[in-house]
Amino acid sequence: MTNNQAETMNDDSTIISISKLNKWYGNFHALKDIDLSVNKTEKIVICGPSGSGKSTLIRCINRLEVHQEGSIIVDGVELNDDVKHINEIRSEVGMVFQHFNLFPHLTVLENCTLAPIWVRKKSRNEANHMAMELLEKVRIPDQADKYPGQLSGGQQQRVAIARALCMQPRVMLFDEPTSALDPEMIKEVLETMIELAESGMTMIVVTHEMGFANKVADRIIFMDEGQIVEQNDPETFFNNPESDRTKLFLSQILDH
Amino acid sequence: MASNTIKFEKLPDRLPPSNTVGWMAWVKTNLFGSISNTLITLLVFYLIFLYIPPFIEWAFINANFSGSDRSVCDENKAGACWTFVKVRFDQLLFGLYFATNPDQMWRPIIAFIGFFGLLIPLMIDKTPHKKWLLITLLTIFPVFFLLIVRGGVFGIPDSDPSQWGGLLLTFTLAFVGIILALPLGILLALGRRSKMPVVKSFSIIYIEFWRGTPLITILFMASVMLPLFFPSGVEFDKVVRAMIGITLFQSAYTAEAVRGGLQAIDKGQSEASMALGMGYWQQTIFIILPQALKISIPSIVNTFIALFKDTSLVSIIGLLDLLKIAQNSSRSLDWNGYDIEAYMFAGIVFWIFCFGMSMYSQRLEKKLDTDRRE
Ligand SMILES: Nc1ncnc2c1ncn2[C@@H]1O[C@H](COP(=O)(O)OP(=O)(O)OP(=O)(O)O)[C@@H](O)[C@H]1O
Ligand SMILES: [Mg+2]
Repeated sequence: MTNNQAETMNDDSTIISISKLNKWYGNFHALKDIDLSVNKTEKIVICGPSGSGKSTLIRCINRLEVHQEGSIIVDGVELNDDVKHINEIRSEVGMVFQHFNLFPHLTVLENCTLAPIWVRKKSRNEANHMAMELLEKVRIPDQADKYPGQLSGGQQQRVAIARALCMQPRVMLFDEPTSALDPEMIKEVLETMIELAESGMTMIVVTHEMGFANKVADRIIFMDEGQIVEQNDPETFFNNPESDRTKLFLSQILDH
Repeated sequence: MASNTIKFEKLPDRLPPSNTVGWMAWVKTNLFGSISNTLITLLVFYLIFLYIPPFIEWAFINANFSGSDRSVCDENKAGACWTFVKVRFDQLLFGLYFATNPDQMWRPIIAFIGFFGLLIPLMIDKTPHKKWLLITLLTIFPVFFLLIVRGGVFGIPDSDPSQWGGLLLTFTLAFVGIILALPLGILLALGRRSKMPVVKSFSIIYIEFWRGTPLITILFMASVMLPLFFPSGVEFDKVVRAMIGITLFQSAYTAEAVRGGLQAIDKGQSEASMALGMGYWQQTIFIILPQALKISIPSIVNTFIALFKDTSLVSIIGLLDLLKIAQNSSRSLDWNGYDIEAYMFAGIVFWIFCFGMSMYSQRLEKKLDTDRRE
């Protein structure tokens, strides 16, 4: 409680603050002493080798994974076993997955309106209206009545973004949103994300798209072995990385 | 440079060689493709030739349809005695009470008409307001059925359910078993996957207990032991006991069928709904169950078909379902000796409804599948 107040009073512009976060899968120590605080409208890109704990970290933020030590405070609400807090935070934090995870039995429009209607208790009219507006923003309003299975991967991922935005979240989490896509579709999804970034959304993006990171990120975080190895603005991160681990990683992914 | 490029020319399409298409080719490859294949084909043709014509002669050409007692059949033993089925038709359909009270027969007839009047439109794609038809079938119809078939109110004479029988009883037991077992089975399947240890172990024990017990045993227990659990004043009639036994048994099987569907749903579906802030029941109702039930339709229908046939086991607690009443009739003094006709009639009726369910489930599966893709 005191921690909670201290954090929020500490800095009014902080929206997520994570301190001393530790997470285990069984005996496997997946996250080690993570400290991270994210400001409103900040864009953070997380990168790192496979298995370094990137997904685990952002999935802890909306409690798709349960942490064992440390604290996560989102918008002044601390994540703990309290189901109310969990649902409160989940409806403030949108998430986009690598494999889209659209609901295949619902139309694109229904995908976008289900949670606003049942979680946010919006009227169907209002929800439809907002969904159409957002589908227009991601440039697929004409697909509203189709089923996800009828769309291309890129279109599906843009629907997934619209679906998350329909909850009017204050933070958006992206877990490798383009890595399941064919190369020609990556661009359309990244463009949507860039527009979203420009609109002032707070974003945490796990990605290996370094062009995107360079263009959009305020801060790039490099993780390895469940730890944050270094974090810097893109300029410094790419040109003067501090640790050899980062240098090695960059040389590996920028080579091709 | 132009001289170096090869011009692409599309060859015209040709028909395949005539010895690879058409029925002649099909017969050649499928029936006489190899020596063993040819032998089997010849054997099957021989058996068909041997048994089918005499059967047709017996069942149709020489069969007896006329008359109202066994004298006609006794004179012409070369053919089936459908006269028997004709004369005993009321009993076979509705059981003893209604057969012996012909003036009350309109009651089960109306119930049947109501049942199929709701069910058939439900199975036709283009019917409007299906949702309401289904709700009527599941809520208003059972009440209506009870009022009109059971009676005892509004001046309708009380028909003792233990005197119901035939197809009426078979349908009643199967319908009640199916519509009560489905929601129970769904809850049990969800319970079995629950993170709460108490709920989980209860579901597992329940399912495994009822699955491991033969229905006959359950029916015996329901008829003998159930009264022990209730105060002595409370009396259940035999039909209700059978219904309870069947529902308990059937829900375990339905649960396993549904669980198969639940397991097939990708973890990403519940993660996505959780990430949107949906609670457990919202996820389950809107996201997980619609997909899981669709996947498990074939196995759920399989359990329904098995149940429909298994209802004939209620004869061991003294109820006269379609099979039992057919058997009894063929052993009555009037019709003694016409067992084959009795069993054949019961078998055909069972087959028609089971086959119907199976066809419908295949159609439903296809339809739900295309709904999604195209
Ligand atoms: N449910 C789980 N149970 C056990 N171990 C897990 C589980 N999920 C992840 N892990 C392990 O935790 C570590 C971190 O996984 P995580 O998915 O966060 O990595 P990542 O950085 O996202 O990798 P990738 O780039 O492959 O997605 C890995 O070693 C992984 O094997
Ligand atoms: Mg990952």
